[in-house]
This record gives sequence, structure tokens and C-alpha cells, in this order.
Amino acid sequence: MTTDLTRLTADALAIKLSSGEVSSVEATQAHLDRIAAVDGSVHAFLHVASDSALAEAADIDRRRAAGEELHPLAGVPIAIKDVIVTKGMPTTSGSKILEGWVPPYDATVMTKLRAAGLVSIGKTNMDEFAMGSSTEHSAYGPTHNPWDLERIPGGSGGGSAAAVAAFEAPFALGSDTGGSIRQPAHVTGTVGLKPTYGGVSRYGAIALASSLDQIGPVSRTVLDSALLHDVIGGHDPRDSTSLTDVWPSFAEAVRNADVAGLRIGVITELQGDGFQPGVMERFREALALLEGAGAIITEVALPSVEHAIAAYYLIMPAEASSNLAKFDSVRFGLRVNPKGGGTVEDVMSATREQGFGAEAKRRIILGTYALSAGYYDAYYGSAQKVRTLVQRDFAAAFANADVLVSPTAPTTAFKLGEKTGDPLSMYLNDIATIPANLAGIPGISVPVGLAAEDGLPVGIQFLAPAREDARLYGVAAALEALLEQKWGHTLLSQAPDLSPSEMNATDEGAV
Amino acid sequence: MSEITQEQVTHLASLARIALTPEEIVSLTSELGSIMDHVATVTEVATPDVPATSHPIPLQNVFRDDVVGQTLTAEEALAGAPDHDGSRFRVTAILGEEQ
Repeated sequence: MTTDLTRLTADALAIKLSSGEVSSVEATQAHLDRIAAVDGSVHAFLHVASDSALAEAADIDRRRAAGEELHPLAGVPIAIKDVIVTKGMPTTSGSKILEGWVPPYDATVMTKLRAAGLVSIGKTNMDEFAMGSSTEHSAYGPTHNPWDLERIPGGSGGGSAAAVAAFEAPFALGSDTGGSIRQPAHVTGTVGLKPTYGGVSRYGAIALASSLDQIGPVSRTVLDSALLHDVIGGHDPRDSTSLTDVWPSFAEAVRNADVAGLRIGVITELQGDGFQPGVMERFREALALLEGAGAIITEVALPSVEHAIAAYYLIMPAEASSNLAKFDSVRFGLRVNPKGGGTVEDVMSATREQGFGAEAKRRIILGTYALSAGYYDAYYGSAQKVRTLVQRDFAAAFANADVLVSPTAPTTAFKLGEKTGDPLSMYLNDIATIPANLAGIPGISVPVGLAAEDGLPVGIQFLAPAREDARLYGVAAALEALLEQKWGHTLLSQAPDLSPSEMNATDEGAV
Repeated sequence: MSEITQEQVTHLASLARIALTPEEIVSLTSELGSIMDHVATVTEVATPDVPATSHPIPLQNVFRDDVVGQTLTAEEALAGAPDHDGSRFRVTAILGEEQ
């Protein structure tokens, strides 16, 4: 019985909770048991909040028994990416410089989750400060892909995606600066959506690149992402870039999913060369299914996309070098006193040397270079112009298409260690996801099957104009239904069992 | 193309307040060179007629009324500090001997 509860979607679990068939304590305990059984090999979690989760669950059960009117998702467990500050739960953003820090306040998304009665079961692993595409840059060791423990779970939000794929949580929060929600979804056979920039408050999300970052949902089904997005979205006066729009119900968009007459533009530049054959095969198959359901498939060009990575790897490190200046050994986190003492600047330099990992240092130095006198106009200034060109390309493409589509990433999950020695090849992997961040538009990744050559999950990415997140839920839900009808099962039901006997397959221990 | 020298990386590290080791300076110099070779392509397409975009969605500055809202207590603000005296963050000397 308890293992069955972890196989339920958040929506199905919520129905059982509100009918009283299952208690939140039972549901929470089931997920904690699952974490105890498999997280030794997956390492999706940096912190498991067993005691507070069970206390929160008991409180929901008590309020429900007392007849209190609760949010439909009240009592459902959720995992939180460690980039999000959480009162009472340690928050490190995957970095040693914040080891042991317990924030004195909640991010706005956490306040909203708590108000809806969702039960936070723990903090998920990530590349340090969300800098990476594999979680291998986490200071606490990598997360392993539940489909193949030797492979990456994507990044930076590999922990949230792996937790959901391994049935350790029905859904999770992620953050996406250049694909950190969508690419992990692609390689783990899960769903992830990056909302329109400003659609979800960034207050309390430890900033990587403020003009690109966005918090969003991670789940096993499109409906669950929509339900979570409905909880976390909306205006927040504490985030000056938060949009004041009134958003439609995304869950409603899923329930009304229909692609008849929908114009889907295939992005010319994001297919072919460099894209794995098995990824392209599943991609074309998904397009054929959508066409069969009445969608109109066209081809659109985004010529500036070829410069998007270059612009991104100037803008992101520039903003990161500024954002990470706050880790100065004064107000929170690590302090390292150099031998023989020294000034506050010596302490700061020693702390940052010891507290930051290699990738964080690389990006801070790169960003400092891009912003330094004599180079600012050539690099940062030019990158901002490319950003304009990318936005113009999208505007032209959306004049002829309602949504755009591409594979979410060029390849399936690569092996742990395969790209860590070559930062540039790791960066190039983000080609399909970065343009949406530069333009501030929403994007979703949905599973479309397994690549024939390696049996690993493949995702498809849909993009919509800014503020049209609902369109993405509609098209993604329609495709999900068509594929599951064709297969006769969900994709994740085909994932390896991760039975406790496999637990010692790797020696990576949960923190 | 992008001539990055060890002296430059050393200077950048001091600007960024990171006490890099000599080994790190060597490896970062070569990595930065190859990354800059790639990203420098932006200069080819960023012609003078293209305006820069700093933000994805056009926004205006936001003001709020100047009233006291919910804030952290001193105790909460100091809770995560490496060192404090109960009401203030404590740091080592601001100035060195030669200053």
C-alpha cells in the first residue's frame, strides 16, 4: 500500500487525500520511505526534512478532520530545489560557502506552498549556484539519473528531476536560467516548465543571473506541473520584476487541451547537425502525432539562435559575478581566516577561494572579465544586442506560429564525468533551451519516448510568446495524452525499479 | 584571438576577491581563452544599428509607499553570521598596516 502511494500523480494523491481515503501522514511517510530506500543510489536530496514534513502532514490531517476548507493540493508532499530559501530547512544552493545555513525567511514560492498546505519533504541537489547542466558541479556530489545510475540527471536542477523520476516526490520546484528545469526533464523522462519571465516571484531564489532566472514546476505529468504553477504563480510586490498580470488557470488549460488548428513552428536551426538520431526520431514521431490530431506543422527560422549561446555565456557570468559578490563572509555562510590573520578583504578572498567550486570561480572570473573596463562594450554590450536579435527572431516566428517546437537538448543523458573536463562542450549542450531565457518567453519539456540507440528518455520542447504559458500546457497535455494512448502506459512506468537491492550500486551517500 | 594572460587572470581574481592558487590561475587562463574565442563571435553580429536589451520583458521601476513592513529582527538577521556581537556583524580589520 505505502509503495503504491509514491506511484500516484500529485493530482491523484490530492483526490485520495480530500476524500479521506489516505492521510497526509501516510502519503508523506510513503515518500520518506521511498527516499530512504533509493536515495542512497540516486542522491537527489541534500536535506530530507522528515520531522518537519511529518509534523506539517499531521497538521493538515488535523485541519481536514476538523472540517477546515483546504486547498485541493493540501497534504501532498513536494521537493524543493536547494536554490530556494526555506525557513527552518538548510539552504546551500549546492555550495560549500553556504553549508549549514538556515535562512531566517521563506522565498515567496515557499510562502505560497505553505499557505496551500503542501508538505515540503526536503531540498534537492543542484549544480553549485545553478551553474551547470549535469549536477556534477554540486559541492555535495552528483545526482544519478534514475534511468541509468552512471548517467547525469541533467542540470542544474538534476535533483528535482531525479526525485520526481525516482518516485521520491510527486512534484518539485525547479529554477531555469538557461534550461535548468527543461533539460533535466528531457534526460529523466519528466515534465518541466520555465514560466514567462516575471510569472513566478524570484524573491528568495538565490540569484544566478537575475535577468534570466525563473522558478517553475517539475513533475511526472503535465497536469501536475499546471496545478503547481497555479499555486506559485502571480504578482509579488517583493520582486520588482514580477508581472502584475492576472493569469488563467493552467490546470484548466490542461483539461481543455486541444491542438486542432494550432500552428506549430518547427525551429529549423534546432535539428539535424549535432542532434542524436534517436532524439530526432522521437521528435519527428511526436510531430506526426500532433499533425494527425489536427495541428498545422510549419517550419520557422531563428537565424540568431546560433549566437545565443555566446551571448548567454557573457550575460549569465556577468550577472553571476555581481550576484555572487554577496558571499563575502560577513552576513552568512562560511568564513575562512587566512594564516596570520589579515584584513576583511583578505578574509573575503580566502573564504571565496575555499567556499566556491571550480565552475563558480570560472564563471565569476569570466563575468568579471566581460564587465571590466575596455571590454564591456565589446562583450557585454554586444551580448545584449544579440539578445535583441533573438527577441526579434521570436517575434517574427510567432507571427506565423502559435507555438514553436524543438528537441529539448541535442542528446540523451551523457555519462557522469564525460564532459567535466571540457567546460565549453558542456555549455554547447544548452543550445535549445537558452534562447527562451534570453527572450523571457515560456518553455516546457515533455517526454516523447526513449531513444532507440541507448534506451534513454527524450524530451520535446514547446515555446510560446511571453505571457502565453497556458498554450504550452495545452499542447503538452494533448501530446502526452496521444503518446500514452499509443504506448498504453506512461513513459516513467518503464524506468528501472531501483529496488533496494540496487542501493549499493554506487557509493554515493545521501547527505 | 582572445589573448588572455596569467597576469590578467590574476588581476581579475583580485577584483573578484578570490585568492586563486597558482595552479588555478594557469588552468583558468587557458579555459578562459577558449571560452572567449567562442563567445567573442557576438561582436560580429552586434552592429551599431541594433539596440541593446538588458531585460526580457519591458518593465518600469516599481515604488512602494514608505511605510515599515515586515522585516527581520536583529537576532534573525545575525543568526547566520560567522561572527557578531549581538547587535552587529563583526569583521576583522578594515585597513591593513600599509594603509
